[in-house]
Amino acid sequence: MSPRRSLVLAVDPIACQGHGGCAELFPEGIRLDDWGYPILRPGPVPDELMAHARWAVSNCPALALRLEAPAAERRR
Amino acid sequence: MTGPGRAVPTLLLDQAGDDERLLAACPTDLAGHRRRHPRPPAPGRQPDPDLLDAIERSGLTGRGGAGFPTAQKLRAVGAARGPRVVVVNGAEGEPASGKDRVLLTHAPHLVLDGAVVAAAAVGAARVVVCVDRSQPEALAAIRTALAERAAESDGAAWQVAASPSRYVTGQSSAIVQWLGGGPAVPTGVHAHQRGVDGRPTLVQNVETLAHLALVASQGPAWFRSLGTVDEPGTTLVTVTGAVARPSVVEVALGSPVPDIIRRAGGSSEPLQALLIGGYFGTWVDARAGLQARYSRAGLAPLGAGPGAGVVIALPATACGVAETARVLAWFAGESAGQCGPCAFGLPALATAAAELARGAAGPAEVDRLRRWAGEIEGRGACRHPDGATALLRSALTVFAADVEAHAGGAPCAGSSRPPALRVPAPGEGWR
Ligand SMILES: Cc1cc2nc3c(=O)[nH]c(=O)nc-3n(C[C@H](O)[C@H](O)[C@H](O)COP(=O)(O)O)c2cc1C
Ligand code: SF4
Ligand code: SF4
Repeated sequence: MSPRRSLVLAVDPIACQGHGGCAELFPEGIRLDDWGYPILRPGPVPDELMAHARWAVSNCPALALRLEAPAAERRR
Repeated sequence: MTGPGRAVPTLLLDQAGDDERLLAACPTDLAGHRRRHPRPPAPGRQPDPDLLDAIERSGLTGRGGAGFPTAQKLRAVGAARGPRVVVVNGAEGEPASGKDRVLLTHAPHLVLDGAVVAAAAVGAARVVVCVDRSQPEALAAIRTALAERAAESDGAAWQVAASPSRYVTGQSSAIVQWLGGGPAVPTGVHAHQRGVDGRPTLVQNVETLAHLALVASQGPAWFRSLGTVDEPGTTLVTVTGAVARPSVVEVALGSPVPDIIRRAGGSSEPLQALLIGGYFGTWVDARAGLQARYSRAGLAPLGAGPGAGVVIALPATACGVAETARVLAWFAGESAGQCGPCAFGLPALATAAAELARGAAGPAEVDRLRRWAGEIEGRGACRHPDGATALLRSALTVFAADVEAHAGGAPCAGSSRPPALRVPAPGEGWR
C-alpha cells in the first residue's frame, strides 16, 4: 500500500464566486468572511474529515476549490 | 499636477553621493555609453551557466519590490523548455516611486544592456520593454536608445510596449496577460512557466536589469564591494514627502536612513513617521526609522523592508490615520476586482478607515479593521490586497495614540489639513 498523502484545501480566488456552498458542506474546514468568500483552515485535512472535504470540492459550482499537496511538496 | 497613476510629479536626480553606479554621470547616447560599458554577451538559444554562476555569486536581488534572488529566477526560466522571453518591467505602478522612470531616462542603454545579459543568461532571443504609458520621457528615451542599437545588432529581438497606468499592471502575470492582448490584470499563472505567448518568461524590474549589466561587465566581487555581506550592492531610493528636495538617490544597501533623508535635502519640517517601501509599504515611527539602516535586515525589526525603494517623510502636522485612509481608498480603486477578498475587502477597509479618520468610528470598528486586515491578507490571486493590509496594520500601531483619540470621537487637527501623501487620480482602463 502506498503511504497516505496529506492534502490541504486551496481555492482559486479568481474563479471563486463566493456562493458559500463549500462552507455549508464542510464547516469544519471552511468558514466565510464578511463578504461571503471562503476562509480555509490551514494545514492538512484530517483523514476523518476527508470525505466532507471531497464533497465540498466536487460541489463547488465554479470549480474553484481543490485538494492539493502542501506547498512544500508541490514544488518537487 | 499629477498625471493618472502618478503621485510624484518632479524628482531631482541626486548624484552627490559616493556610491553612484546606476546614476553615475554617463552619456545617454550609445557611443558615449559604450566608451564606459562594454557590449554585453550576445544571447544564445541555451542558458549560459557561467553567467548564471556569476550572477548567483553577486547576490543580486530583485529591486521591483519582492527582493527575490535574481539568479534563482533566471535559473527557473532557463530550466523551462522552448523559446524564452524577457520582459523588462518598467510599469512602475507604485505611486510614490520615480526611480524606474528616472533610470530609464538617465541610463537607457544600461537597462537595455542588462536585458541582453538576462537574455543571454536564460537563453532568450525576444525582449519586450514595457514602460508606463504616462511616462513619455522614459518611453522616448527607450525608443531612441533602441533605434541607436539597431546598428549594433546585439542579438536580441526588441519590442517596446507602453503599458496601462494602473497599479497592478506591473505584477508579473498581469503584464504577461496584457502583452498577450488581454487586460492588464493578474492571472495567478507563473510567468516562468507560462508567460508571453505561452513561452517561459522572465519578468524583471528595470533597476534589477541595470545592476545585472554591471555584474556582467565588472564581476560579482566588484558588485559586492558595496552594501552588506548579506545584501550586497547599491539600490535606488525615491525620497519624497516633507523633504527639501524630493529626489531619486542611489545608496549602498545598509546605509543609515538619515543619510538618505539628508541626500534629499533633509526634512523640511519636524517628522512624525516614515513610510518605507512605498504605498505598498510600512509606516515606521520617525525616531525609530531614523536610527535604522536601509536594508531588509536593518528594517526588519521595525516590521518594514526596502520594498520598491521608497522613503516618504510624514510631517508632524499630518494625520497618519487620514493619510492611510486615503491611500487605502486608492488601493481599493486599483483592485482588479477579480477576487472577493480584494474586490469587497479593500473598499470595506477604506470606508472604515475614512470613518475612523472623521471620528465616526469607535473601538469596535477598530477591532473589526484589525480582524479584516488579518482575514484579507494572503487571499488574493496576487499580493495587491496584502499591500493594503500591511499599510493599515502598521498605521494602527505607529499612530496608535491618534487611532485611540479618533475612536474616542476626537479626530486630530491634522485630519483636516491638505493631504501630505498624494494619491493618484483613478486609473484608466485595463488595456
Ligand atoms: C500588485 C503588484 C504590482 C506590481 N507592480 C510592479 C511594478 O510596477 N514594477 C515592478 O518592477 N514590479 C512590480 N511588481 C512585482 C512583479 O510582480 C515582479 O515581482 C517584479 O517585476 C520582478 O522583478 P524583480 O525580481 O527584478 O524585482 C508588482 C507586484 C504586485 C503584487
Ligand atoms: S463553493 Fe466554490 S465558488 Fe462557492 S464560495 Fe466555495 S470555493 Fe467559492
Ligand atoms: S488580489 Fe486583487 S488585484 Fe490581485 S488579482 Fe485578485 S482582484 Fe486583482
